[in-house]
Amino acid sequence: MAAERRTIAQLAQALRSRDVTAAAVTDQCLAVIRDRNPSLNAFIAVFADRARDDARRADDEIAAGRYRGPLHGVPISLKDLIDVEGTPTSAASRVRDGHIAGADAPVVTCLREAGAVLIGKTNLHEFALGTTNEDSAFGPARHPLDPARSPGGSSGGSAASVLAEMAYASIGTDTGGSIRIPSAACGLVGLKPTIGEISTAGIVPLSTTLDHVGPLCRSVEDAAIVYGVLRSAASDQHVAPGADGIRLRVLRGYFTALLDQQVASAFDHATARLREAGVTLDDATIAHSGDIAPIYVHIVLAEAAAYHAKSLESRGHDYTPNVRQRLEMGRYILAEDYVRALRGREVLIGEVDTALSGCDGLLLPAMPIPAHKIGVSSVRLGGADEPIRNITLRLTQLFNVTGHPAVTVPCGSTPEGLPIGAQLVGRRGATASLLSLARTLEPYLGPGTSL
Amino acid sequence: MTIKVWLDNAVQDAERRGLAALRPLLESLAQATSALRTADWNADATGESHQRKGLDGR
Repeated sequence: MAAERRTIAQLAQALRSRDVTAAAVTDQCLAVIRDRNPSLNAFIAVFADRARDDARRADDEIAAGRYRGPLHGVPISLKDLIDVEGTPTSAASRVRDGHIAGADAPVVTCLREAGAVLIGKTNLHEFALGTTNEDSAFGPARHPLDPARSPGGSSGGSAASVLAEMAYASIGTDTGGSIRIPSAACGLVGLKPTIGEISTAGIVPLSTTLDHVGPLCRSVEDAAIVYGVLRSAASDQHVAPGADGIRLRVLRGYFTALLDQQVASAFDHATARLREAGVTLDDATIAHSGDIAPIYVHIVLAEAAAYHAKSLESRGHDYTPNVRQRLEMGRYILAEDYVRALRGREVLIGEVDTALSGCDGLLLPAMPIPAHKIGVSSVRLGGADEPIRNITLRLTQLFNVTGHPAVTVPCGSTPEGLPIGAQLVGRRGATASLLSLARTLEPYLGPGTSL
Repeated sequence: MTIKVWLDNAVQDAERRGLAALRPLLESLAQATSALRTADWNADATGESHQRKGLDGR
């Protein structure tokens, strides 16, 4: 297999057997960054010298028999919300000009202990408050398959870096869908673990109730490897079930009411493949699905506004205009309505738990539309113009509110080759089981995207 | 505070602060807040089940 299409699992074998060196792999990634980042704008900062040092150290350790595991010598990018000691964490904002991280975030410490090569910091929607990566102090990130399109967001640079083979995986954050949306848009596997499973310390917050951190990868196996490292636990050894005998519930109603026709078609074909493989599929709904967006917006904006209040007063002009407006809007949310939203959150947690009762997982599309053109603010669906922000969050934000683990897996593409993603959801605290389920279903859901 | 009063106050304050562009966002937020307040899972001090009300009510 050509080097550039390798997964982490495949690369790890080659590194351990010394068929390739970490130095060569890192140089290859840096060459791609040099060639393609000017047009894709996936990176805000590239750690070329440090990455080469990390790679040399990895090669020396592996040669000496001190193999650390499957991330040893593997180039990983980090969303520029995550602190790396001695370097800026920009959050893609001029508000953070002059910031230097005093210490590594715990997720970075995990990656270093695993011997990963930290290749750089990726572009994002400013302060993670958006789903397109268009509002960034450093300009928009662009989709590697069509640079006129958004790679999704807010972890858009992360997704672009993995799809364009600038890194083998990226660590992103997900408050309403910001790992899963760009993963779906770019044909990657994106994991939002159970709430609180992976520390968000040392990561610029958007909403502490809803923030998650997780990987964007080329395969479910890779996502499980990175998840295991971030949890400082061995890659989970759950026995993957056979497809025959798996029972899934497909979320309908609200979750399939507004879908681009190509997404609906790809999803229908994916469910048909699952049935052919022996998976049992039943339909389910979430009774209060109409309350998801109001609950989400009152939690995320109130919490974000509290964090940004001082900066909005003193440096409001340093925010991008759209992000500033949304943060200012959050400052008007009343405490009683924030508390109502927290009550609604408990209701939704119960309803998702109920939907999961007696089945192995929930299945739904990950994003209602394929990657959209940069500069487009709305899309026509169901006879109405839907704002891009609302429609891209529609299928992911519920599981930030409830904290259930969710993973997006490629399930096809449009005739133009734009990726489409499916989403699997598991029980809270059972992220490893969800990954085992996803690994079994991955070949049936559909092929990934290759350049 | 009713949503109507809240919205009027918020829009006036935003305009006073030179943020008149917030108006459509605040109007959209008002709709979301209305949905939140009229959801049937809200607790009620009277102990009666919550009834759906219009935008001007609580």
